[in-house]
Amino acid sequence: MRLGQGAPAARVLAFGGYQPAQVVTNDDLAARLDTNDEWIQSRVGIKERRVAGPEESEIDLAVQAGGKALAASGLSSDDIDLVIVATCTIEAPIPNAAGRVAHRLGITAPGAFDINAACAGFCYALAAASDAVRSGSATNVLVVGSEKLTQWVDPGDRSTVVIFADGAGAAVVGPSDRPGIGPVAWGSAGDKAEAIAIKDRQSFLHQEGQTVFRWATTALHPVAKLACERAGVDPADLDAFVPHQANLRIVEAIARKLGAEKAVVAKDIVLAGNTSAASIPLALSRMIERGEVRSGDLALLLGFGAGLTYASQVIEIP
Amino acid sequence: MALTEQEILAGLGKIINEITGIPADEVTPEKSFVDDLDIDSLSMVEIAVAAQDEFGVEIPDDQLKHLKTVKDVISFIQA
Repeated sequence: MRLGQGAPAARVLAFGGYQPAQVVTNDDLAARLDTNDEWIQSRVGIKERRVAGPEESEIDLAVQAGGKALAASGLSSDDIDLVIVATCTIEAPIPNAAGRVAHRLGITAPGAFDINAACAGFCYALAAASDAVRSGSATNVLVVGSEKLTQWVDPGDRSTVVIFADGAGAAVVGPSDRPGIGPVAWGSAGDKAEAIAIKDRQSFLHQEGQTVFRWATTALHPVAKLACERAGVDPADLDAFVPHQANLRIVEAIARKLGAEKAVVAKDIVLAGNTSAASIPLALSRMIERGEVRSGDLALLLGFGAGLTYASQVIEIP
Repeated sequence: MALTEQEILAGLGKIINEITGIPADEVTPEKSFVDDLDIDSLSMVEIAVAAQDEFGVEIPDDQLKHLKTVKDVISFIQA
């Protein structure tokens, strides 16, 4: 037996993002729930979010984002031999999302699997993609984070409905001569599994806000620092910090503790809400579009969420 | 040696000022966090975490919701 021949390193070739068309503002929510714009903005930092209607599934969202990333990469569907979809909100778990997304994009017979690491899912999937390229298991990988969270959120629960939204983001990962995706720092805290959970098939998503907030603002900046250390990058040299868009106050608290003084901090949540596994690639695709980050910049990604799970790595912006 | 009420109050005033911007001298024992100081549940978590660093006393979330006034927190830290 012999080992496969992988690439010396892997990098992200392109990002793509997609949001459904329907905008839900804080005033829209205030019209039917006991809440208001000021309360929502001060607690979670969200001004508006996007919601997919019944005609648009998490698969549809993934196809849109994946297609954009593929087009931006300059590769064709024939070049992709592995598709990974990170999602925790798939409507029906069989069959998986990745095979369907690949088929819709004209990617023939790729390896295809889903990852459920909730809001950390994209960073887990990116690590798996990078490892696959380096080991020789795949040449080019399409990684998609796609979520239709609104189908698991109680429309009458003001504590969750203001936060969670729908969307998708994607990246194409391919071979490289120099490192474009740093080593991952990942882990989990199964002892806090109940902090974010859907109890059973009849239940909606429940979140213990204070528990999650305390964990996120105290346990995660060391993970982010570890990812920097493993990549040999000083946080002070980071050009961008793109944490999961959970809550603007969590984003700002982690950014403060990280010590990335010159980094632009992703605040995509303001107009996108919390889109779980989609939030990091969605934020990145929009930051690239707006010119907030440029090719060659170093960005630190940090995913965290239900599980509880977390994963972080440094990447070079394509 | 146990901290006095005045020492804890001074420390809490500084913490609350740093987290919420409320002047430290407005943080007095009889004040309610929600009704008088307009501090929300997430800021209370930040205050609890900072208080743990400052005083070495952990205030778990299930206890936090019972601590309505500044005096309640002082008593919890002293206990």
